[in-house]
Amino acid sequence: MWAYIIRRVLATIPVMAIVALFVFSLLYLAPGDPAAVIAGDQATPADVERIRASLGLDRPYLVRFGAWAWDIARGDLGTSIFTNLPVSTMIQQRIEPTLSLMVVTLILAVSIAVPMGVIAAWKQGTTIDRLVMAFAVLGFSVPVFVVGYVLAYVFALELDWLPVQGYTPFSNGFFPWIENLILPAIALGGVYIALIARITRATMLEVLSQDYIRTARAKGAGQRSILFIHALKNAAVPIVTVIGIGVALLIGGAVVTESVFAIPGLGRLTVDAILRRDYPVIQGVILLFSFVYVLVNLLIDLSYTFFDPRIRY
Amino acid sequence: MNISRRASLGGAATLLAAPGLASAQAAARTLRFIPQSNLASIDPVWSTAVVVRNHGLMVYDLLYGLGADYQVRPQMAEGHEVSTDGLTWDIRLREGLKFHDNEPVRARDCVASILRWSKRDVLGSRLDALGEEVSAPDDRTIRIRLKKPWPGLAWALGKPSANICAIMPERVARTDPFTQITDPTGSGPFRFRRDLFRPGDVAIYERFEAYVPRSEPTDFLSGAKQAHFDRVEWRIMPDPATAGAALQNNEADWWETPLPDLLPLLRRNRDIEIGVVNTAGNLGVLRFNFLHPPFNDVAVRRALLPAVNQRDFMDAAIGTDTALSVVPAGVFTPGTPLANDAGLEILSGPRNLEAARAALRASSYAGQRVVMMSATDLPVLQNLAEVAADLLRRVGFNVDFPAMDWGTQIQRRTSRAPVEQGGWSAFCTTWEGLDVSVPGSHQPLRGNGAQAWSGWPTMPRLETLREQWFDAPDQAAARGIAEEIQRVAWDEVPFIPLGLVRPPQAWRRSITGVVRGGSSLFWGVRRA
Repeated sequence: MWAYIIRRVLATIPVMAIVALFVFSLLYLAPGDPAAVIAGDQATPADVERIRASLGLDRPYLVRFGAWAWDIARGDLGTSIFTNLPVSTMIQQRIEPTLSLMVVTLILAVSIAVPMGVIAAWKQGTTIDRLVMAFAVLGFSVPVFVVGYVLAYVFALELDWLPVQGYTPFSNGFFPWIENLILPAIALGGVYIALIARITRATMLEVLSQDYIRTARAKGAGQRSILFIHALKNAAVPIVTVIGIGVALLIGGAVVTESVFAIPGLGRLTVDAILRRDYPVIQGVILLFSFVYVLVNLLIDLSYTFFDPRIRY
Repeated sequence: MNISRRASLGGAATLLAAPGLASAQAAARTLRFIPQSNLASIDPVWSTAVVVRNHGLMVYDLLYGLGADYQVRPQMAEGHEVSTDGLTWDIRLREGLKFHDNEPVRARDCVASILRWSKRDVLGSRLDALGEEVSAPDDRTIRIRLKKPWPGLAWALGKPSANICAIMPERVARTDPFTQITDPTGSGPFRFRRDLFRPGDVAIYERFEAYVPRSEPTDFLSGAKQAHFDRVEWRIMPDPATAGAALQNNEADWWETPLPDLLPLLRRNRDIEIGVVNTAGNLGVLRFNFLHPPFNDVAVRRALLPAVNQRDFMDAAIGTDTALSVVPAGVFTPGTPLANDAGLEILSGPRNLEAARAALRASSYAGQRVVMMSATDLPVLQNLAEVAADLLRRVGFNVDFPAMDWGTQIQRRTSRAPVEQGGWSAFCTTWEGLDVSVPGSHQPLRGNGAQAWSGWPTMPRLETLREQWFDAPDQAAARGIAEEIQRVAWDEVPFIPLGLVRPPQAWRRSITGVVRGGSSLFWGVRRA
């Protein structure tokens, strides 16, 4: 097991290196020039050139990539072209809101979607099943920003129960923290709930048709025990896999959700950096996202051993 | 004023807790402001972004300040003396001026600041060219010796448009003009808390207790800059709907750029006031590339004039509320001293699409592809570009209208290549009204070829008139030159003015004393 973990962790190094090369090359080839953005409307071409030179953007591709890669290898993500702040500081400032949003969304989604999927499978073909599936279709179909606006209108502007926007750090207390996250988490969780509920239902339907379930029933096991102990544990592997894949959805969705609810997280940092062509920030954030994604996949793989004892690494 | 449910609950809780009361009082002394965009940089000399300029006007003081009548008055300066030959200016600093680190403002700080600014700003570059010497004979005197007289020097030092001549401590002002500063020490009425700065989220300013306001009443950027709030928080909200909801929900006090689409909604809220703060507005501009066909032919540019309907552009840019735009607009900002009617009937007379088509047919235009650039992420510019592209098509141009974001557009604008090699033909933008109110800082009117603004026209007549304006002995002479510039502009068409946008701002009625004239300012304003 440990050997497997170490192998997987080491395998992230070439993955990250490829991601780094890919991201750097993509930004190099993409249109846009931070020097032109900095210089602004009034700038002469000479001004733009001077700024480009002062930022080192006039150096050849390989020189720039080499310098950046060397800094990364030493743990230095660079400095923002615009704010002059270290990228690591900017990420540090923004990571808590995104992490909070993702954790709350994950907890909300899993605690709603898994029981929904189980119940829909149990009540297959009934109104409950159809309602759950209708919700799933709705969750997939309605964009996050629409859900966000509707929630903000109803629960903030009309009912005045929750704030429209912003983020309060956890250190300021649990209630102020969660107050700002309820609406964004619901908005972001919609797609996620739909995805997990559908996969849970489909997997549970397959498991519930297995012989050992019939045997459990014949032996007089209760419905709750059959569903949540015998069936769900055996259906867990695909569900957990989808939850892992969904982290990517959350990262993508966080970009929109953070904008709609003015949450100062990594999603907004990424968008702002892309619009300004703040290369060091874009590269740093994408590297971080890639690392998180690789890490989550590793954790998901490891969790299989808990749900299915036959799996050994 | 309506009291919200959350506020009532919050109020009840406040009564139960003394610390909560203190917190509520602190909140009352805090102004929550939603700026037009993210404050990415803190250096108003390095960056030309309007939001950075606004930041600069809070943190830094200027030697001179513009009044609402567009005349400059001494601000940090006590006054100045100009030698009889007009070549030497001795500017005397006011007593008691301090930087935020409580060090006194000395003339040598101003000298270093002026020199840094002169390397970046359009009027600063004139000082760079004309300046024989900028020195500090003593701690309170700045001496500027010129190669030729420049009556508008005070205006240049006090102009509020980017780049402002922000006075910084000498140690900061010695930073290379093409490298941004990291130390935000200024001497303005607000101190920037860099330690609390989270770009893209919040920028916090605190009242500078040691600031000594002038004794005259507040008059835009001149007179007393009296800060009434202890703290001003710029809360960055990129989504307009969210910003609008925050204002309605009393989570913000003041929103700098409400979307025109949201104005009816905001107007229905009795707690919110809508008003035009930037009365000088922004001049819409259709700019051409003068290096390549078809717009290198003046006949092609002139052909468009009879078809341009400024009202169409303004309606698209800011909505149909005519209080939010001004047409007709000539080449100078309407309402400012040099705005005039010379030849303006070319845009204000009856529109004639057929005449435009006929003029185009008679020109050298041979159906070349015209690349009309637009920035899809900036609604006003995108809307202007949509109308312009439609106009070009209707007149008979073969229009290519690629979608791109601002970052891409501003890079592509630097390309001098023909359209086949990634170049461009035309684009729309807006210029701050104060910038284009005088020939000196009016970049779209420059005709200095390769050194000119994007498009790079070579128009010696405009350059000569600009020089004459600098030397104009009085306002009457300046006005005469401005009229002549406008006539030449209709003849050579360096750009086409599209009307003046007067963008509205929205604030809660609990806020009073908003200073009008140009950018959003934070002195004078207080909680009722």
